[in-house]
Amino acid sequence: MKPSKLLFYGIIFIIIFLSLLPFIWFVHTSLKTEGEVTAIPPKLVPSGSLNFYRSAITDYNLLHYVRNSVIVAGATTCVTLFISVFAAYALARLRLKYKGLIMGSLLLVSMFPQISIAGPVWKILQALGWLNSYQGLIIPYVTLTLPLGVWILTSFFNELPKELEDAARIDGCTRIQALYKIVIPLAAPGVFTAAILVFIYAWNEFFFALLIMTQQKFQTLPIGIALFQGQYTLPWGEIAAASTVATVPLVVVVFLFQKRIVSGLSAGAIKG
Amino acid sequence: MKRRHSSITKERIFAVWLLIPCFLVVCIFAFYPIVYSFFLSLHRIILGLPSIGQPFIGLENYRALLHDSIALRSLVNTFAFVFISTFFELLFGLIIALVINKHFMGRGLVRAAILVPWAIPTVVSSQMWRFICNDNYGLVNYILFGSDVAQYKAWLADPFFAFAAIVVADVWKTSSFAALLILAGLQTIPDELYETAKIDGANAWQRFRKIILPLIKPALLIALLFRTMDAFRVFDLVFVMTQGGPANSTNVLQFYGYKKIFAEGFMGYGSTISVLVFMTVFVLSLLYLRIIRTRLFAETVT
Repeated sequence: MKPSKLLFYGIIFIIIFLSLLPFIWFVHTSLKTEGEVTAIPPKLVPSGSLNFYRSAITDYNLLHYVRNSVIVAGATTCVTLFISVFAAYALARLRLKYKGLIMGSLLLVSMFPQISIAGPVWKILQALGWLNSYQGLIIPYVTLTLPLGVWILTSFFNELPKELEDAARIDGCTRIQALYKIVIPLAAPGVFTAAILVFIYAWNEFFFALLIMTQQKFQTLPIGIALFQGQYTLPWGEIAAASTVATVPLVVVVFLFQKRIVSGLSAGAIKG
Repeated sequence: MKRRHSSITKERIFAVWLLIPCFLVVCIFAFYPIVYSFFLSLHRIILGLPSIGQPFIGLENYRALLHDSIALRSLVNTFAFVFISTFFELLFGLIIALVINKHFMGRGLVRAAILVPWAIPTVVSSQMWRFICNDNYGLVNYILFGSDVAQYKAWLADPFFAFAAIVVADVWKTSSFAALLILAGLQTIPDELYETAKIDGANAWQRFRKIILPLIKPALLIALLFRTMDAFRVFDLVFVMTQGGPANSTNVLQFYGYKKIFAEGFMGYGSTISVLVFMTVFVLSLLYLRIIRTRLFAETVT
Protein backbone atom coordinates (compact mmCIF):
# COMPACT_ATOMS: atom_id res chain seq x y z
CA MET A 1 0.00 0.00 0.00
CA LYS A 2 1.24 3.50 -0.81
CA PRO A 3 2.14 5.61 2.25
CA SER A 4 -0.39 8.29 1.29
CA LYS A 5 -3.12 5.67 1.20
CA LEU A 6 -1.99 4.29 4.55
CA LEU A 7 -2.21 7.77 6.02
CA PHE A 8 -5.69 8.19 4.56
CA TYR A 9 -7.01 4.98 6.12
CA GLY A 10 -5.21 5.87 9.33
CA ILE A 11 -7.13 9.14 9.54
CA ILE A 12 -10.41 7.40 8.69
CA PHE A 13 -9.75 4.91 11.46
CA ILE A 14 -9.04 7.68 13.99
CA ILE A 15 -12.22 9.53 13.02
CA ILE A 16 -14.38 6.42 13.42
CA PHE A 17 -12.61 5.41 16.61
CA LEU A 18 -13.13 8.80 18.25
CA SER A 19 -16.74 9.03 17.07
CA LEU A 20 -17.78 5.67 18.42
CA LEU A 21 -15.47 4.93 21.36
CA PRO A 22 -17.09 7.09 24.09
CA PHE A 23 -20.52 5.65 23.41
CA ILE A 24 -19.27 2.08 23.07
CA TRP A 25 -17.61 2.55 26.46
CA PHE A 26 -21.00 3.45 27.93
CA VAL A 27 -22.76 0.46 26.32
CA HIS A 28 -19.91 -1.65 27.64
CA THR A 29 -20.49 -0.23 31.14
CA SER A 30 -24.17 -1.12 30.97
CA LEU A 31 -23.22 -4.78 30.51
CA LYS A 32 -21.00 -4.96 33.58
CA THR A 33 -21.81 -5.95 37.13
CA GLU A 34 -21.84 -3.53 40.06
CA GLY A 35 -18.27 -4.42 41.05
CA GLU A 36 -16.89 -4.19 37.51
CA VAL A 37 -18.11 -0.61 36.97
CA THR A 38 -15.80 0.80 39.64
CA ALA A 39 -12.91 -1.59 39.07
CA ILE A 40 -9.41 -0.18 38.55
CA PRO A 41 -8.00 -1.09 36.12
CA PRO A 42 -11.26 -1.17 34.17
CA LYS A 43 -12.36 -4.57 33.03
CA LEU A 44 -12.10 -4.76 29.26
CA VAL A 45 -14.44 -7.65 28.75
CA PRO A 46 -17.67 -7.18 30.69
CA SER A 47 -19.40 -10.23 32.08
CA GLY A 48 -22.36 -9.48 29.80
CA SER A 49 -24.71 -9.30 32.72
CA LEU A 50 -28.10 -7.74 32.06
CA ASN A 51 -28.58 -6.88 35.72
CA PHE A 52 -28.45 -3.14 35.15
CA TYR A 53 -31.17 -3.37 32.52
CA ARG A 54 -33.28 -5.39 34.89
CA SER A 55 -32.86 -2.95 37.76
CA ALA A 56 -33.33 0.07 35.45
CA ILE A 57 -36.72 -1.41 34.57
CA THR A 58 -37.79 -2.54 38.02
CA ASP A 59 -36.21 0.11 40.30
CA TYR A 60 -36.12 3.13 37.98
CA ASN A 61 -39.24 2.69 35.82
CA LEU A 62 -37.28 2.71 32.58
CA LEU A 63 -40.14 1.41 30.44
CA HIS A 64 -42.44 4.08 31.72
CA TYR A 65 -40.02 6.80 30.50
CA VAL A 66 -39.68 5.01 27.17
CA ARG A 67 -43.46 4.99 26.78
CA ASN A 68 -43.72 8.73 27.47
CA SER A 69 -40.94 9.47 25.01
CA VAL A 70 -42.58 7.38 22.30
CA ILE A 71 -45.90 9.16 22.83
CA VAL A 72 -44.46 12.67 22.86
CA ALA A 73 -41.96 12.23 20.02
CA GLY A 74 -44.46 10.26 17.91
CA ALA A 75 -47.25 12.79 18.32
CA THR A 76 -44.87 15.71 17.71
CA THR A 77 -43.71 14.11 14.46
CA CYS A 78 -47.28 13.57 13.21
CA VAL A 79 -48.54 17.05 14.10
CA THR A 80 -45.45 18.86 12.82
CA LEU A 81 -45.50 17.02 9.50
CA PHE A 82 -49.22 17.56 9.04
CA ILE A 83 -48.86 21.31 9.52
CA SER A 84 -45.59 21.60 7.57
CA VAL A 85 -46.88 19.75 4.50
CA PHE A 86 -49.54 22.41 3.97
CA ALA A 87 -47.25 25.32 4.74
CA ALA A 88 -44.44 23.96 2.56
CA TYR A 89 -46.80 23.34 -0.35
CA ALA A 90 -47.99 26.94 -0.20
CA LEU A 91 -44.42 28.21 0.01
CA ALA A 92 -43.04 26.00 -2.74
CA ARG A 93 -45.89 25.97 -5.21
CA LEU A 94 -48.34 28.81 -4.89
CA ARG A 95 -48.13 32.48 -5.73
CA LEU A 96 -47.67 34.25 -2.46
CA LYS A 97 -46.21 37.48 -1.23
CA TYR A 98 -43.51 37.76 1.45
CA LYS A 99 -42.20 34.20 0.96
CA GLY A 100 -38.70 35.30 1.92
CA LEU A 101 -39.95 36.97 5.06
CA ILE A 102 -41.91 33.88 6.11
CA MET A 103 -38.97 31.54 5.54
CA GLY A 104 -36.66 33.99 7.32
CA SER A 105 -38.84 34.29 10.40
CA LEU A 106 -39.15 30.51 10.60
CA LEU A 107 -35.38 30.30 10.49
CA LEU A 108 -35.26 32.81 13.32
CA VAL A 109 -37.60 30.63 15.39
CA SER A 110 -35.30 27.67 14.91
CA MET A 111 -32.45 29.74 16.32
CA PHE A 112 -34.07 31.00 19.52
CA PRO A 113 -32.37 29.85 22.64
CA GLN A 114 -35.21 28.14 24.50
CA ILE A 115 -34.77 30.37 27.55
CA SER A 116 -36.00 33.39 25.57
CA ILE A 117 -39.50 31.89 25.46
CA ALA A 118 -39.41 29.50 28.43
CA GLY A 119 -41.05 31.67 31.11
CA PRO A 120 -44.05 32.75 29.00
CA VAL A 121 -44.58 29.29 27.52
CA TRP A 122 -44.63 27.91 31.05
CA LYS A 123 -47.15 30.59 32.09
CA ILE A 124 -49.40 29.91 29.10
CA LEU A 125 -49.36 26.18 29.79
CA GLN A 126 -50.03 26.80 33.46
CA ALA A 127 -53.05 28.96 32.60
CA LEU A 128 -54.35 26.18 30.33
CA GLY A 129 -53.71 23.59 33.06
CA TRP A 130 -51.39 21.75 30.69
CA LEU A 131 -48.24 21.51 32.80
CA ASN A 132 -47.56 17.80 33.32
CA SER A 133 -49.61 16.68 30.35
CA TYR A 134 -48.60 15.24 26.99
CA GLN A 135 -50.14 18.07 24.98
CA GLY A 136 -48.26 20.54 27.20
CA LEU A 137 -44.96 19.21 25.90
CA ILE A 138 -46.07 18.34 22.38
CA ILE A 139 -47.12 21.93 21.61
CA PRO A 140 -43.73 23.55 22.32
CA TYR A 141 -42.04 20.72 20.42
CA VAL A 142 -44.27 21.28 17.41
CA THR A 143 -43.43 24.98 17.53
CA LEU A 144 -39.70 24.33 17.64
CA THR A 145 -39.68 21.63 14.94
CA LEU A 146 -41.97 23.41 12.46
CA PRO A 147 -39.12 25.43 10.93
CA LEU A 148 -37.19 22.21 10.28
CA GLY A 149 -40.21 20.51 8.74
CA VAL A 150 -41.22 23.45 6.57
CA TRP A 151 -37.68 24.09 5.30
CA ILE A 152 -37.00 20.49 4.37
CA LEU A 153 -40.37 19.91 2.72
CA THR A 154 -40.26 23.20 0.82
CA SER A 155 -36.93 22.24 -0.69
CA PHE A 156 -38.25 18.78 -1.63
CA PHE A 157 -41.49 20.14 -3.12
CA ASN A 158 -39.49 22.65 -5.14
CA GLU A 159 -37.74 19.81 -6.92
CA LEU A 160 -40.87 18.00 -8.08
CA PRO A 161 -41.96 18.59 -11.68
CA LYS A 162 -44.93 20.88 -11.81
CA GLU A 163 -46.47 19.26 -14.91
CA LEU A 164 -47.95 16.27 -13.10
CA GLU A 165 -49.88 18.52 -10.81
CA ASP A 166 -51.11 20.66 -13.67
CA ALA A 167 -52.26 17.52 -15.48
CA ALA A 168 -54.18 16.42 -12.41
CA ARG A 169 -55.80 19.83 -12.16
CA ILE A 170 -56.88 19.68 -15.77
CA ASP A 171 -58.37 16.24 -15.08
CA GLY A 172 -60.59 17.94 -12.54
CA CYS A 173 -58.70 17.50 -9.26
CA THR A 174 -59.05 20.31 -6.76
CA ARG A 175 -55.85 21.81 -5.37
CA ILE A 176 -56.19 19.84 -2.14
CA GLN A 177 -56.70 16.61 -4.10
CA ALA A 178 -53.66 17.40 -6.24
CA LEU A 179 -51.70 17.91 -3.04
CA TYR A 180 -52.51 14.62 -1.37
CA LYS A 181 -52.92 12.49 -4.51
CA ILE A 182 -49.91 13.70 -6.48
CA VAL A 183 -47.50 15.88 -4.54
CA ILE A 184 -47.30 14.07 -1.20
CA PRO A 185 -46.80 10.58 -2.67
CA LEU A 186 -44.10 11.96 -4.96
CA ALA A 187 -42.44 13.78 -2.11
CA ALA A 188 -42.70 10.75 0.19
CA PRO A 189 -38.91 10.47 0.58
CA GLY A 190 -38.81 14.10 1.66
CA VAL A 191 -41.68 13.63 4.10
CA PHE A 192 -39.94 10.59 5.52
CA THR A 193 -36.65 12.47 5.89
CA ALA A 194 -38.37 15.33 7.68
CA ALA A 195 -40.12 12.80 9.93
CA ILE A 196 -36.80 11.23 10.95
CA LEU A 197 -35.23 14.58 11.83
CA VAL A 198 -38.27 15.86 13.74
CA PHE A 199 -38.54 12.60 15.65
CA ILE A 200 -34.87 12.67 16.65
CA TYR A 201 -35.24 16.27 17.83
CA ALA A 202 -38.31 15.51 19.96
CA TRP A 203 -36.83 12.27 21.31
CA ASN A 204 -33.67 14.09 22.46
CA GLU A 205 -35.09 17.37 23.76
CA PHE A 206 -34.40 18.06 27.42
CA PHE A 207 -34.93 21.72 28.33
CA PHE A 208 -38.70 22.02 27.90
CA ALA A 209 -39.28 18.51 29.18
CA LEU A 210 -37.49 19.54 32.37
CA LEU A 211 -39.70 22.61 32.91
CA ILE A 212 -43.02 21.16 31.91
CA MET A 213 -42.87 17.59 33.18
CA THR A 214 -42.21 17.89 36.90
CA GLN A 215 -44.18 14.77 37.82
CA GLN A 216 -42.50 11.47 37.17
CA LYS A 217 -45.67 10.12 35.60
CA PHE A 218 -45.15 12.24 32.46
CA GLN A 219 -41.38 12.52 32.27
CA THR A 220 -39.56 11.52 29.10
CA LEU A 221 -36.41 9.44 28.74
CA PRO A 222 -33.85 12.30 28.76
CA ILE A 223 -35.28 13.55 32.06
CA GLY A 224 -35.08 10.08 33.53
CA ILE A 225 -31.47 9.68 32.41
CA ALA A 226 -30.47 13.09 33.79
CA LEU A 227 -32.19 12.62 37.15
CA PHE A 228 -31.58 8.95 38.05
CA GLN A 229 -30.33 9.09 41.59
CA GLY A 230 -29.15 6.29 43.80
CA GLN A 231 -29.23 6.33 47.58
CA TYR A 232 -25.56 7.23 48.11
CA THR A 233 -23.87 7.17 44.75
CA LEU A 234 -24.91 7.69 41.16
CA PRO A 235 -26.33 4.50 39.67
CA TRP A 236 -23.89 4.51 36.73
CA GLY A 237 -24.86 1.06 35.53
CA GLU A 238 -28.54 1.93 35.30
CA ILE A 239 -27.79 5.32 33.72
CA ALA A 240 -25.68 3.57 31.10
CA ALA A 241 -28.38 0.98 30.50
CA ALA A 242 -31.09 3.64 30.07
CA SER A 243 -28.77 5.65 27.82
CA THR A 244 -28.22 2.61 25.65
CA VAL A 245 -31.96 2.05 25.39
CA ALA A 246 -32.47 5.71 24.45
CA THR A 247 -29.72 5.71 21.84
CA VAL A 248 -29.74 2.35 20.10
CA PRO A 249 -32.94 3.05 18.11
CA LEU A 250 -31.37 6.28 16.85
CA VAL A 251 -28.13 4.54 15.91
CA VAL A 252 -30.12 1.97 13.93
CA VAL A 253 -32.01 4.75 12.15
CA VAL A 254 -28.74 6.53 11.36
CA PHE A 255 -27.17 3.41 9.85
CA LEU A 256 -30.27 2.58 7.81
CA PHE A 257 -31.02 6.07 6.58
CA GLN A 258 -27.74 7.99 6.68
CA LYS A 259 -28.17 9.13 3.07
CA ARG A 260 -31.59 10.59 3.72
CA ILE A 261 -30.49 12.26 6.93
CA VAL A 262 -27.55 13.89 5.22
CA SER A 263 -29.71 15.09 2.34
CA GLY A 264 -32.30 16.40 4.80
CA LEU A 265 -29.77 18.28 6.87
CA SER A 266 -28.17 19.86 3.85
CA ALA A 267 -31.53 20.56 2.19
CA GLY A 268 -32.62 22.48 5.26
CA ALA A 269 -29.38 24.36 5.50
CA ILE A 270 -27.88 24.86 2.07
CA LYS A 271 -30.57 24.98 -0.55
CA GLY A 272 -32.69 27.41 1.39
CA MET B 1 -57.67 38.93 -18.32
CA LYS B 2 -60.07 39.45 -15.49
CA ARG B 3 -60.58 35.71 -15.08
CA ARG B 4 -56.87 35.14 -14.86
CA HIS B 5 -56.60 37.84 -12.29
CA SER B 6 -59.25 36.27 -10.09
CA SER B 7 -57.61 32.85 -10.33
CA ILE B 8 -54.38 34.37 -9.00
CA THR B 9 -56.27 35.93 -6.12
CA LYS B 10 -57.91 32.57 -5.42
CA GLU B 11 -54.50 30.91 -5.39
CA ARG B 12 -53.20 33.50 -2.94
CA ILE B 13 -56.16 33.00 -0.64
CA PHE B 14 -55.71 29.23 -0.77
CA ALA B 15 -52.01 29.65 0.07
CA VAL B 16 -52.87 31.79 3.06
CA TRP B 17 -55.30 29.16 4.32
CA LEU B 18 -52.61 26.51 4.08
CA LEU B 19 -50.22 28.68 6.08
CA ILE B 20 -52.64 29.55 8.87
CA PRO B 21 -51.98 26.54 11.17
CA CYS B 22 -48.24 27.08 10.98
CA PHE B 23 -48.66 30.80 11.48
CA LEU B 24 -50.91 30.37 14.52
CA VAL B 25 -48.62 27.92 16.30
CA VAL B 26 -45.52 29.99 15.70
CA CYS B 27 -47.20 33.26 16.73
CA ILE B 28 -48.77 31.93 19.92
CA PHE B 29 -45.90 29.80 21.14
CA ALA B 30 -42.84 31.60 19.77
CA PHE B 31 -43.37 35.26 18.88
CA TYR B 32 -45.90 36.13 21.55
CA PRO B 33 -43.73 34.62 24.32
CA ILE B 34 -40.83 36.82 23.24
CA VAL B 35 -42.89 39.95 23.65
CA TYR B 36 -44.38 38.55 26.84
CA SER B 37 -40.87 37.93 28.23
CA PHE B 38 -40.15 41.61 27.83
CA PHE B 39 -43.40 42.45 29.64
CA LEU B 40 -42.55 40.07 32.49
CA SER B 41 -39.08 41.57 32.83
CA LEU B 42 -40.65 44.92 33.77
CA HIS B 43 -42.46 43.41 36.73
CA ARG B 44 -41.62 41.87 40.07
CA ILE B 45 -42.89 38.31 39.88
CA ILE B 46 -41.85 35.67 42.38
CA LEU B 47 -43.38 32.25 41.79
CA GLY B 48 -43.17 31.29 45.46
CA LEU B 49 -44.91 34.51 46.58
CA PRO B 50 -48.11 34.85 44.57
CA SER B 51 -49.47 37.21 47.26
CA ILE B 52 -47.26 40.11 46.11
CA GLY B 53 -49.01 40.06 42.74
CA GLN B 54 -47.17 41.45 39.72
CA PRO B 55 -46.18 45.02 40.59
CA PHE B 56 -44.76 47.05 37.69
CA ILE B 57 -41.22 48.13 38.55
CA GLY B 58 -39.99 49.64 35.30
CA LEU B 59 -36.37 48.94 34.51
CA GLU B 60 -35.46 47.94 38.05
CA ASN B 61 -34.73 44.34 37.03
CA TYR B 62 -32.39 45.55 34.31
CA ARG B 63 -30.58 47.77 36.79
CA ALA B 64 -30.12 44.73 39.03
CA LEU B 65 -28.88 42.73 36.05
CA LEU B 66 -26.09 45.25 35.43
CA HIS B 67 -24.82 44.69 38.98
CA ASP B 68 -25.19 40.93 38.92
CA SER B 69 -21.66 39.53 38.75
CA ILE B 70 -22.89 35.97 38.16
CA ALA B 71 -24.88 37.13 35.13
CA LEU B 72 -21.78 38.83 33.79
CA ARG B 73 -19.77 35.69 34.43
CA SER B 74 -22.38 33.61 32.57
CA LEU B 75 -22.30 36.03 29.65
CA VAL B 76 -18.51 35.81 29.40
CA ASN B 77 -18.63 32.02 29.75
CA THR B 78 -21.29 31.74 27.07
CA PHE B 79 -19.27 33.78 24.60
CA ALA B 80 -16.10 31.86 25.43
CA PHE B 81 -17.95 28.59 24.98
CA VAL B 82 -19.51 29.66 21.68
CA PHE B 83 -16.24 30.94 20.30
CA ILE B 84 -14.00 28.05 21.33
CA SER B 85 -16.37 25.20 20.57
CA THR B 86 -17.47 26.63 17.22
CA PHE B 87 -13.85 27.11 16.20
CA PHE B 88 -12.94 23.50 16.89
CA GLU B 89 -16.17 22.17 15.41
CA LEU B 90 -15.52 23.93 12.11
CA LEU B 91 -11.88 22.86 12.11
CA PHE B 92 -12.64 19.18 12.75
CA GLY B 93 -15.71 19.39 10.54
CA LEU B 94 -13.55 20.63 7.68
CA ILE B 95 -10.98 17.88 8.21
CA ILE B 96 -13.63 15.16 8.36
CA ALA B 97 -15.40 16.54 5.29
CA LEU B 98 -12.17 16.67 3.26
CA VAL B 99 -11.37 13.09 4.20
CA ILE B 100 -14.77 11.54 3.49
CA ASN B 101 -15.26 13.50 0.27
CA LYS B 102 -12.97 10.99 -1.46
CA HIS B 103 -14.44 7.92 -3.10
CA PHE B 104 -13.51 4.81 -1.16
CA MET B 105 -15.01 1.53 -0.08
CA GLY B 106 -17.36 1.71 2.86
CA ARG B 107 -17.85 5.45 2.61
CA GLY B 108 -21.52 5.14 3.57
CA LEU B 109 -20.63 3.24 6.73
CA VAL B 110 -18.04 5.85 7.69
CA ARG B 111 -20.62 8.57 7.17
CA ALA B 112 -23.08 6.72 9.36
CA ALA B 113 -20.43 6.23 12.04
CA ILE B 114 -19.63 9.92 12.26
CA LEU B 115 -23.36 10.68 12.43
CA VAL B 116 -23.72 8.65 15.61
CA PRO B 117 -22.49 11.43 17.95
CA TRP B 118 -24.91 13.83 16.26
CA ALA B 119 -27.87 11.50 16.84
CA ILE B 120 -27.13 10.68 20.49
CA PRO B 121 -29.38 12.58 22.92
CA THR B 122 -27.33 15.37 24.49
CA VAL B 123 -28.33 14.19 27.94
CA VAL B 124 -26.84 10.79 27.15
CA SER B 125 -23.60 12.25 25.83
CA SER B 126 -23.42 14.49 28.91
CA GLN B 127 -23.76 11.55 31.29
CA MET B 128 -21.25 9.65 29.18
CA TRP B 129 -18.58 12.36 29.42
CA ARG B 130 -19.35 12.86 33.07
CA PHE B 131 -18.67 9.17 33.61
CA ILE B 132 -15.50 9.33 31.53
CA CYS B 133 -14.31 12.26 33.71
CA ASN B 134 -15.26 10.53 36.97
CA ASP B 135 -12.74 11.08 39.76
CA ASN B 136 -12.61 7.48 40.98
CA TYR B 137 -13.06 5.22 37.98
CA GLY B 138 -13.23 7.45 34.92
CA LEU B 139 -11.46 6.57 31.71
CA VAL B 140 -9.52 9.87 31.59
CA ASN B 141 -7.85 9.18 34.91
CA TYR B 142 -7.04 5.63 33.91
CA ILE B 143 -5.56 6.67 30.57
CA LEU B 144 -3.40 9.38 32.21
CA PHE B 145 -2.37 7.72 35.44
CA GLY B 146 -2.98 4.00 35.00
CA SER B 147 -3.59 2.28 38.30
CA ASP B 148 -1.84 4.98 40.32
CA VAL B 149 -5.05 5.95 42.12
CA ALA B 150 -3.30 8.54 44.30
CA GLN B 151 -2.85 10.80 41.27
CA TYR B 152 -6.51 10.62 40.19
CA LYS B 153 -8.08 14.00 39.71
CA ALA B 154 -11.68 15.18 40.05
CA TRP B 155 -11.73 16.87 36.65
CA LEU B 156 -15.21 18.33 36.91
CA ALA B 157 -14.39 19.91 40.27
CA ASP B 158 -11.66 22.02 38.70
CA PRO B 159 -12.86 25.28 37.10
CA PHE B 160 -10.58 25.08 34.08
CA PHE B 161 -11.01 21.39 33.35
CA ALA B 162 -14.76 21.48 33.94
CA PHE B 163 -15.09 24.15 31.27
CA ALA B 164 -12.76 22.22 28.98
CA ALA B 165 -14.79 19.04 29.52
CA ILE B 166 -17.96 20.79 28.39
CA VAL B 167 -16.22 22.12 25.29
CA VAL B 168 -14.83 18.67 24.48
CA ALA B 169 -18.25 17.05 24.92
CA ASP B 170 -19.84 19.62 22.60
CA VAL B 171 -17.10 19.41 19.98
CA TRP B 172 -17.32 15.61 20.03
CA LYS B 173 -21.07 15.69 19.53
CA THR B 174 -21.43 18.32 16.84
CA SER B 175 -18.29 18.31 14.66
CA SER B 176 -20.02 15.73 12.49
CA PHE B 177 -22.92 18.09 11.83
CA ALA B 178 -20.49 20.78 10.68
CA ALA B 179 -18.73 18.16 8.58
CA LEU B 180 -21.95 17.26 6.78
CA LEU B 181 -22.76 20.85 5.91
CA ILE B 182 -19.23 21.42 4.64
CA LEU B 183 -19.34 18.13 2.73
CA ALA B 184 -22.49 19.29 0.93
CA GLY B 185 -20.50 22.33 -0.20
CA LEU B 186 -17.51 20.24 -1.25
CA GLN B 187 -19.66 18.02 -3.41
CA THR B 188 -20.67 20.95 -5.58
CA ILE B 189 -17.05 21.31 -6.75
CA PRO B 190 -16.61 19.46 -10.07
CA ASP B 191 -13.80 16.89 -10.18
CA GLU B 192 -12.36 18.43 -13.35
CA LEU B 193 -11.38 21.49 -11.37
CA TYR B 194 -8.99 19.48 -9.20
CA GLU B 195 -7.64 17.65 -12.22
CA THR B 196 -6.88 20.83 -14.15
CA ALA B 197 -5.19 22.33 -11.12
CA LYS B 198 -3.16 19.17 -10.63
CA ILE B 199 -2.02 19.23 -14.25
CA ASP B 200 -1.10 22.87 -13.85
CA GLY B 201 1.24 21.80 -11.06
CA ALA B 202 -0.64 23.07 -8.02
CA ASN B 203 0.26 21.14 -4.88
CA ALA B 204 -2.30 19.93 -2.35
CA TRP B 205 -2.04 23.03 -0.15
CA GLN B 206 -2.38 25.38 -3.12
CA ARG B 207 -5.38 23.43 -4.39
CA PHE B 208 -6.94 23.74 -0.96
CA ARG B 209 -6.24 27.48 -0.60
CA LYS B 210 -7.04 28.58 -4.12
CA ILE B 211 -9.86 26.26 -5.17
CA ILE B 212 -11.53 24.44 -2.31
CA LEU B 213 -11.59 27.14 0.33
CA PRO B 214 -13.17 29.89 -1.80
CA LEU B 215 -15.76 27.51 -3.20
CA ILE B 216 -16.88 26.12 0.13
CA LYS B 217 -16.97 29.49 1.83
CA PRO B 218 -20.79 29.67 1.66
CA ALA B 219 -21.10 26.22 3.22
CA LEU B 220 -18.55 27.15 5.90
CA LEU B 221 -20.47 30.31 6.72
CA ILE B 222 -23.73 28.41 7.03
CA ALA B 223 -22.09 25.82 9.27
CA LEU B 224 -20.68 28.70 11.30
CA LEU B 225 -24.13 30.28 11.65
CA PHE B 226 -25.83 27.05 12.72
CA ARG B 227 -23.11 26.08 15.14
CA THR B 228 -22.89 29.53 16.73
CA MET B 229 -26.61 29.69 17.35
CA ASP B 230 -26.71 26.16 18.68
CA ALA B 231 -23.73 26.70 20.97
CA PHE B 232 -25.55 29.70 22.42
CA ARG B 233 -28.25 27.33 23.63
CA VAL B 234 -25.90 25.11 25.60
CA PHE B 235 -27.85 23.78 28.57
CA ASP B 236 -28.04 20.00 28.81
CA LEU B 237 -24.27 19.60 29.13
CA VAL B 238 -24.07 22.14 31.93
CA PHE B 239 -27.13 20.82 33.73
CA VAL B 240 -25.93 17.24 33.75
CA MET B 241 -22.16 17.61 34.01
CA THR B 242 -21.53 20.56 36.32
CA GLN B 243 -24.71 22.41 37.33
CA GLY B 244 -22.81 25.59 36.42
CA GLY B 245 -20.04 24.93 38.92
CA PRO B 246 -17.47 24.83 40.32
CA ALA B 247 -17.80 28.47 41.44
CA ASN B 248 -19.82 29.43 38.34
CA SER B 249 -16.94 28.56 36.05
CA THR B 250 -19.30 26.74 33.70
CA ASN B 251 -22.42 28.82 34.30
CA VAL B 252 -23.92 29.96 31.00
CA LEU B 253 -26.82 32.29 30.21
CA GLN B 254 -29.36 29.62 29.37
CA PHE B 255 -28.59 27.73 32.58
CA TYR B 256 -28.53 30.86 34.74
CA GLY B 257 -31.87 32.01 33.32
CA TYR B 258 -33.36 28.58 33.96
CA LYS B 259 -32.11 28.64 37.54
CA LYS B 260 -33.43 32.12 38.26
CA ILE B 261 -36.86 31.51 36.79
CA PHE B 262 -37.62 27.90 37.59
CA ALA B 263 -35.38 26.86 40.47
CA GLU B 264 -35.49 30.13 42.43
CA GLY B 265 -38.82 31.38 41.09
CA PHE B 266 -37.74 34.90 40.08
CA MET B 267 -39.89 35.01 36.96
CA GLY B 268 -39.53 38.79 36.56
CA TYR B 269 -35.79 39.03 37.06
CA GLY B 270 -35.10 35.83 35.13
CA SER B 271 -37.00 37.29 32.18
CA THR B 272 -34.39 40.03 31.81
CA ILE B 273 -31.93 37.25 31.04
CA SER B 274 -34.38 35.82 28.49
CA VAL B 275 -34.60 39.24 26.84
CA LEU B 276 -30.82 39.68 26.89
CA VAL B 277 -30.28 36.27 25.31
CA PHE B 278 -32.89 36.89 22.65
CA MET B 279 -31.50 40.30 21.73
CA THR B 280 -27.96 38.94 21.44
CA VAL B 281 -28.99 36.04 19.23
CA PHE B 282 -31.27 38.21 17.13
CA VAL B 283 -28.55 40.76 16.38
CA LEU B 284 -25.99 38.04 15.72
CA SER B 285 -28.22 36.09 13.36
CA LEU B 286 -29.18 39.20 11.38
CA LEU B 287 -25.51 40.01 11.03
CA TYR B 288 -24.70 36.50 9.86
CA LEU B 289 -27.62 36.32 7.45
CA ARG B 290 -26.50 39.59 5.93
CA ILE B 291 -23.00 38.33 5.37
CA ILE B 292 -24.17 34.96 4.06
CA ARG B 293 -26.68 36.48 1.69
CA THR B 294 -24.28 38.92 0.08
CA ARG B 295 -21.49 36.35 -0.09
CA LEU B 296 -23.72 33.61 -1.40
CA PHE B 297 -25.15 35.71 -4.17
CA ALA B 298 -21.86 37.34 -5.05
CA GLU B 299 -20.16 33.98 -5.37
CA THR B 300 -22.78 31.84 -6.99
CA VAL B 301 -23.56 34.40 -9.66
CA THR B 302 -20.01 35.12 -10.77
